[in-house]
Amino acid sequence: MSIFEYNGSAVVAMVGKNCFAIASDRRLGVQLQTIATDFQRISKIHDHLFIGLSGLATDVQTLYQRLVFRHKLYQLREERDMKPETFASLVSAILYEKRFGPYLCQPVIAGLGDDNKPFICTMDSIGAKELAKDFVVSGTASESLYGACEAMFKPDMEAEELFETISQALLSSVDRDCLSGWGGHVYVVTPDEIKEKILKGRMD
Amino acid sequence: MSQSAVDVPPKGGFSFDLCKRNDMLTQKGLKAPSFLKTGTTIVGLIFKDGVILGADTRATEGPIVADKNCEKIHYMAPNIYCCGAGTAADTEAVTDMVSSQLRLHRYQTSRDSRIITALTLLKKHLFSYQGHVSAALVLGGVDITGPHLHTIYPHGSTDTLPFATMGSGSLAAMSVFEAKYKEGLTRDEGIKLVAEAICSGIFNDLGSGSNVDICVITKGNNEYLRNYMEPNPRTYVSSKGYSFTKKTEVLLTKITPLLERVEITEVGEAMEE
Repeated sequence: MSIFEYNGSAVVAMVGKNCFAIASDRRLGVQLQTIATDFQRISKIHDHLFIGLSGLATDVQTLYQRLVFRHKLYQLREERDMKPETFASLVSAILYEKRFGPYLCQPVIAGLGDDNKPFICTMDSIGAKELAKDFVVSGTASESLYGACEAMFKPDMEAEELFETISQALLSSVDRDCLSGWGGHVYVVTPDEIKEKILKGRMD
Repeated sequence: MSQSAVDVPPKGGFSFDLCKRNDMLTQKGLKAPSFLKTGTTIVGLIFKDGVILGADTRATEGPIVADKNCEKIHYMAPNIYCCGAGTAADTEAVTDMVSSQLRLHRYQTSRDSRIITALTLLKKHLFSYQGHVSAALVLGGVDITGPHLHTIYPHGSTDTLPFATMGSGSLAAMSVFEAKYKEGLTRDEGIKLVAEAICSGIFNDLGSGSNVDICVITKGNNEYLRNYMEPNPRTYVSSKGYSFTKKTEVLLTKITPLLERVEITEVGEAMEE
């Protein structure tokens, strides 16, 4: 079994018109046993920047704590929030530092940059950035997510349609993956508000 | 006080503290993760006025295409570019690092960078990690001594060649070069040949795909032709798009309105003497 299949996860982010959506499943398991159905994989770094981490849950939590620490230091020094592109470079550097003994997680970063332009990117576990203009996926359900997003994605969707698309893509992909599921957690962020929604999915 | 308790930004280089834990997990039977590789076809050739570099744009993670349009031609200096194959994080990190070192060197010497400088910096780094930093590079550029093209292997050996190919599609591309390369090609002939070599990699090698990127470097000028050719467009998109008849069931909604950014226009009073 691969190390990424120890806990199970599914994270996806999509770009819309001046907005972005990031979604994850809610299951935390130890191989085939489910031990939590409300695990938080997506965390807020600041109002316009979210990071979703898939992979080994202990590294997800450790890496998140390190990143929040670095961002708070940055805020104290620069007196402003970090831009999403800068944050992506920071995460990439922190992951590459551990090139020969890596953190076993894959981040998905989504944020609104200057001029409210949405930015998404994902990385492998050693920090190879992959910028995309449409969607990024990560986790055990990633292969199904690739397929679902390729089919369902349209460019320049508004927030409501984007929410519907990302939810349908997430739920249909985790239904085909034993290790992720038990509902979904979706954040849709526009320049004016953050909408957080919890989805009802199959409980198996 | 224990150093490991504080997350002090380190002075640089790799940190090995998670190695023991990861070894323990591997011994327990959990396979290590696969990294993002750039399966790749990368090529370079020297033509009459300089160097042309070419690359495909597919990044793979095992058998899955992770990125359909990634950038494999990395900037090193205004007159030097480098194509990278192998583990994506390694090629990006190593080219970024040497690019910064070259810039500092330019500031110190007040001269344009030479390709041989970039070559030596790269091969020293790769050799010292004995091939574990898995980056196979095609380095090309034009400096005061003329056009140069080199290949660098992950263990640190280098070759200087008039035309070169690397990556999983290198055999497909090399067959095109061996058949059609001649000295003294013009710019258009060179670009056509590079595009043909990359296309043969795209169509015949499973690790390479999507589009063709080309970079033309001549004395005093460089031209980065991103997505010069797109021989694999997506033609099956339905214009109607997806429509969902059943809406997703939402259990809970929480809306956080974001504070409006307040502009401070009043200038503070000047200090009294």
